[in-house]
Amino acid sequence: MPKIIKDGQVVDDTWVIIDKDFEGDLPLAKVLLPMQYYLDKGDSLNLMCAGIWIDSEEEVEAIGHEANIFPLIAVNFPSFMDGRGFSTGRLLKERYGFTGQLRAIGNAIQDQLFYLKRCGFNSYDLKDGTNLEAACQSLNDFDITYQSSTDQPEALFRRNGLHQN
Amino acid sequence: MYRYNENDQKIIEQRVAQFRGQTDRYLAGELAEEEFLPLRLQNGLYIQRLAPMLRIAVPYGLLNSKQFRKLAHIARTYDKGYCHITTRQNIQFNWPQLEEVPNILAELAEVQMHAVQTSGNCIRNTTTDQFAGIAQDELEDPRPWCEMIRQWSTFHPEFAFLPRKFKIAVSGTKGDRAAIQVHDIGIQIVKNDNNEIGFKILVGGGLGRTPVVGSVIREFLPQEDLLSYLDAILRVYNRHGNRANKYKARIKILVRAWTPEVFAEEVEAEWEYTKKIPCDLTQQEINRVKGFFTEPNYENLDGNDAEQQLKALTEDNIAFGKWLQRNIHPHRVPGYAAVTLSLKPTGVAPGDITDAQLDAIADLADKFSFGEIRTTHSQNLVLADVKISDLFELWKNAKSGGFATPNIGTLTDMICCPGGDFCSLANAKSIPVAEAIQRKFDDMDYVYDLGDLSLNISGCMNACGHHHVGNIGVLGVDKKGEEFYQIQLGGNADTDTTLGNVLGPSFGREDMPDVIEKILDVFVENRTTEEPFIQTYRRIGITPFKERVYSKPPVEPKESTDA
Repeated sequence: MPKIIKDGQVVDDTWVIIDKDFEGDLPLAKVLLPMQYYLDKGDSLNLMCAGIWIDSEEEVEAIGHEANIFPLIAVNFPSFMDGRGFSTGRLLKERYGFTGQLRAIGNAIQDQLFYLKRCGFNSYDLKDGTNLEAACQSLNDFDITYQSSTDQPEALFRRNGLHQN
Repeated sequence: MYRYNENDQKIIEQRVAQFRGQTDRYLAGELAEEEFLPLRLQNGLYIQRLAPMLRIAVPYGLLNSKQFRKLAHIARTYDKGYCHITTRQNIQFNWPQLEEVPNILAELAEVQMHAVQTSGNCIRNTTTDQFAGIAQDELEDPRPWCEMIRQWSTFHPEFAFLPRKFKIAVSGTKGDRAAIQVHDIGIQIVKNDNNEIGFKILVGGGLGRTPVVGSVIREFLPQEDLLSYLDAILRVYNRHGNRANKYKARIKILVRAWTPEVFAEEVEAEWEYTKKIPCDLTQQEINRVKGFFTEPNYENLDGNDAEQQLKALTEDNIAFGKWLQRNIHPHRVPGYAAVTLSLKPTGVAPGDITDAQLDAIADLADKFSFGEIRTTHSQNLVLADVKISDLFELWKNAKSGGFATPNIGTLTDMICCPGGDFCSLANAKSIPVAEAIQRKFDDMDYVYDLGDLSLNISGCMNACGHHHVGNIGVLGVDKKGEEFYQIQLGGNADTDTTLGNVLGPSFGREDMPDVIEKILDVFVENRTTEEPFIQTYRRIGITPFKERVYSKPPVEPKESTDA
């Protein structure tokens, strides 16, 4: 069974990612639908077992506040150098109030885990071949952060004089 | 200057540990080359033509003597005994071993220094005027704002993988000595009608392959809103900047494609959201950071008295007088002056400095300038708070140290990137061109007579040598594997930032000193008294220069052979 990192642990994963050009009947499984697929066919779908995934060039505004109907939303990083997904994650969590599981998929790497976590992601389907047990430590590269982000909206200097002395 | 508290120190130390782990994984084959690449770049480490290069951050160009001595130690221990001041006020080591870089970074952390985000597609070191805090025409010291931006941008989780590098500069003066018009974001400190301090925001300036002067997208931003506004700009850029073509990935291309007006609307719309997040500055935090940039303990001096003494000294010593004329900048406090130490003697690569010089300058800073040293984008150093009565002694010391060349702001004070001798991006060498020009124009009287003149050399169109904004700009180009040099005239990096115009076809390296001479001849023949090069150029245009440089020597009539 495929494994991912979720909430700091390596766990089995049963979600099936549906390609953008998928046609036909959906498998009887928990499926991650392409956002556009959902937007096109949403009304006719049984969404009991569905989440969506958003590609790096897609605008999260298209799903907007509807995000919260899903238990899981994934954001694709086609290359780990494509940093648009960091903004997508923050917007989902902070602007559209998404409270479900937010997952990075595609080619994100271990060394981005800390930043991903800060942008609201809590599960990570990292690039194939990653040693997930070893990778988990990168979630905690830093104990202190300066600027506000999803995980800590208050900038360091606004937190009870924490940044004084 | 800003001093780290426990938080700042811990963040930097954890960064060293993080990079040490990444380097270990890379060396063990557990981290792929292409994945290690952006990680090492964001820690200042390039792999160059001959060896790795480590670029160390000098936040807004400010250093203390303890840090300087640490740099000397690093130069001696890990490098070949010298380092290099860059055109963005940072410091580069050209010969470190990759395995040793984590140790170098750990040593730097001991003196509150780092190499964070000095390269890569992220927010780079924020720069400002080298005379910040002492300039006579300053509205407010820009350095506290640079420090607040430094902290905001350090490991910003959303903006570590931008489409391309991102550079911010802040200016606190009316005249622009921080080149804010050619930065991705330029921040001008301004006062509104209610006498409140805020910022004018420019975006989309830049040099490189497509040079552009930035556009104003907001005339007045209240100071507390700085960080949420920056978040908004960066988010718009991160989401919409071009990621398919790295040559079209800078924010200037997006701003131009959308128009500055549309870009501004997008930012304002995004800002409606970002300003609701508790990220904005508090008066308490602004005061805290400003508290690190208070005035040093200036003595109450009689400025006129000091000037009189100086005058007497210069009458006996012409060389000292020349140094005063070129290397001294006025100070807002009576009896004090700012001194530029030239790193442009003939025969040394512009901006290079040895370990012994670093130590010597640290001593001079302790003795004469409250222990602080500044780096400049023109690749020199500044001691900013020297008593006028100490200038003569400082000059003697600087002279014996080899950094009192009295050429600041003149032809031989060239800005020059490391070029093809070191950099793997370069199309052509730049240091030998600078040296050949310095050797050709070694007559200081002639150089003085030419007056203020900037000659900037870049080894490729990435424009690290700022050739677009040199009065005379030189750009190295590659033609079928051979090095050639294109000349641009009329660039200017002052308040009225202007990009130069291409003179014409390029030249071989050996022709360069003579070509420069012809250009200078046209200037000297056409100038009115006291007119600097840029004014003459603007008055007479490029044509006379073109005609002189490209005119063919008259052909001798051939002798008839049949008698």
